[in-house]
Amino acid sequence: MAGITLENLRHSYLDKSDLKHAQKDDWALKQIDLTWEDGGAYALLGSSGCGKTTMLNLISGLLKPTHGRILFDGVDVTGANAELRNIAQVFQFPVVYDTMTVRQNLEFPLRNRGVSPAEINKRVSEIADMLDLSDSLNRRAAGLTADGKQKISLGRGLVRSDVNAILFDEPLTVIDPHLKWQLRSKLKELHQQFGVTMIYVTHDQTEALTFADKVVVMHDGMVVQSGTPVELFEQPKHTFVGHFIGSPGMNVLPGQLINGKAGYAGIALAGIDRRARINKDQRFEIGVRPEFVHFADHGIPVQIERVDDNGRARIVHTRHKNDVIRLIVPEDQPIPENNGCLQIEQDKASVYVNGWLQQGGLPV
Amino acid sequence: MNTKTHNPKAWLLVLPVVVLVAFNAVIPLMTVVNYSVQETFGDNLFFFEGLKWFEQVLHSERFHAALGRQFLFTFIILLIEIPLGVAIALAMPRKGPGVSVCLVLMSLPLLIPWNVVGAMWNIYALPDIGLLGKTLNAIGFDYNYTRQPLDAWLTVVAMDVWHWTSLVVLLAYAGLTAIPDAYYQAAKIDGASRWSVFRHIQLPKMKRVLTIAVLLRFMDSFMIYTEPFVLTGGGPGNTTTFLSIDLVKMALGQFDLGPAAAMSIIYFLIILLVSWVFYTVTMREET
Repeated sequence: MAGITLENLRHSYLDKSDLKHAQKDDWALKQIDLTWEDGGAYALLGSSGCGKTTMLNLISGLLKPTHGRILFDGVDVTGANAELRNIAQVFQFPVVYDTMTVRQNLEFPLRNRGVSPAEINKRVSEIADMLDLSDSLNRRAAGLTADGKQKISLGRGLVRSDVNAILFDEPLTVIDPHLKWQLRSKLKELHQQFGVTMIYVTHDQTEALTFADKVVVMHDGMVVQSGTPVELFEQPKHTFVGHFIGSPGMNVLPGQLINGKAGYAGIALAGIDRRARINKDQRFEIGVRPEFVHFADHGIPVQIERVDDNGRARIVHTRHKNDVIRLIVPEDQPIPENNGCLQIEQDKASVYVNGWLQQGGLPV
Repeated sequence: MNTKTHNPKAWLLVLPVVVLVAFNAVIPLMTVVNYSVQETFGDNLFFFEGLKWFEQVLHSERFHAALGRQFLFTFIILLIEIPLGVAIALAMPRKGPGVSVCLVLMSLPLLIPWNVVGAMWNIYALPDIGLLGKTLNAIGFDYNYTRQPLDAWLTVVAMDVWHWTSLVVLLAYAGLTAIPDAYYQAAKIDGASRWSVFRHIQLPKMKRVLTIAVLLRFMDSFMIYTEPFVLTGGGPGNTTTFLSIDLVKMALGQFDLGPAAAMSIIYFLIILLVSWVFYTVTMREET
């Protein structure tokens, strides 16, 4: 096991010779400095194409970074291939060796590394037990369902006991919801039992928040925030995190300067740092979660456009001029018919400049 | 509830294809069956002979010899072309400008008419003027495919390998490029050796296309006619007379229509039987 440090990491899929002319968008990873602590359960969250899989492949050694270094416990492994790095990785779609039985599939990573037969037997039966594969151990892997095959893929990732980390690349995408939940709990359990570093890639926030102690959010080739689920919810450092975490995501509204204060719709919002320096050419926004917007007798005049009921609360979509503002209203509270007024809890609103949270008046 | 409607007019729609198949397959085949049980004389005189011709063909040494040569030939070229085709496919690039160059080069032999292939090799291998034949003799081999049976065999086999390995390459290559990257990545993570990757990923994933390749090469090589006919004419002696060459000699050279028809049917049944057995055996393993 090891702590993994990514230092000044950049990666592009272009050939070296084309890199001189590389545009900003040619970089799959733009700049990553990040440490995965030994024994952590991490979720790597972000929308499709933001560089999550690239980052995993760089860590496991399937790809070599264009720039920067990768350190395992302080030792530079940037040039080392996948085998030396001793990382287990489970892919989005099941990979099984068709010619082998389920047992042989699970044994394969151990055999290739010369583990003793007794140890192999022990590990394989443990993992098979855990994944409910014991009954089909002697069946041909090719005959299994997609669920079964993905369990084998998971099993091959988990069977090695000495790995530096286990990387999961959206491993439960193909699995049906009920089993998904069960397997995720198993992974969590396994993490608590063995304390091996796990990085779990997903674009599903529920999955991320239930699995991980710490969540790393990526956007457009960069890490925008890493922290506990609560931190991400309460203090999104970037509007993307605000959007992405929470259901529905944070309201991001165009900001105004009102007597040196930040505000919206002519209403100055206290609780925002008065020293905030905002230039005209910067994008300046107010972020506030739907949980902290309420109907009131006076405030921001809005039209009510739609009400979604999720069973526990109602999500109301309202409009002020061109801006959609969503708020969550508990089941027992009334919702005005067509038009209403909104109040924003002032100390829950934050200021974002060019997408980044403004703290203490200086860009983060 | 049965929602199927029965409309006899539907048969009309099938009629064109029935007529087509009747004219190009069923009627010719039945003619052959007809010939195979009768003695034929001039003036369209026919006498029913029962299974006499079948017995005669099945007991004839000439047929046994041709059949033996045929199996040996097919066996040899399968043994060479399948592994060679797979090896070349593995060595071909997966991306970049090299791909199209390789594909075009590989397709070239397949685009040449069969009799031209025969004629090319005929001249190429001539011991006195052919590039191959003359070179071999110049460096000390006593090579002459028109006189020495072994040389004739080597030349016919070399020609077939040259002509048809490409087909196996193209099929195997198609099989290889269909394997998702994730398999190779997983193999790296699992610490698999190059051989393991071939044995457990590439070969199983190519199994279907290779089954097709073996079947096609079996059937085509078992029916081979044009190329050896042009190259050696079945000689020297009878040493490269394969079944179809023998059949044509019997039917059109000697006008023994009865025995030739019986032989055609036996020939057809052998191909059908071997293909069926091979296909069922390989496909059964899958389930």
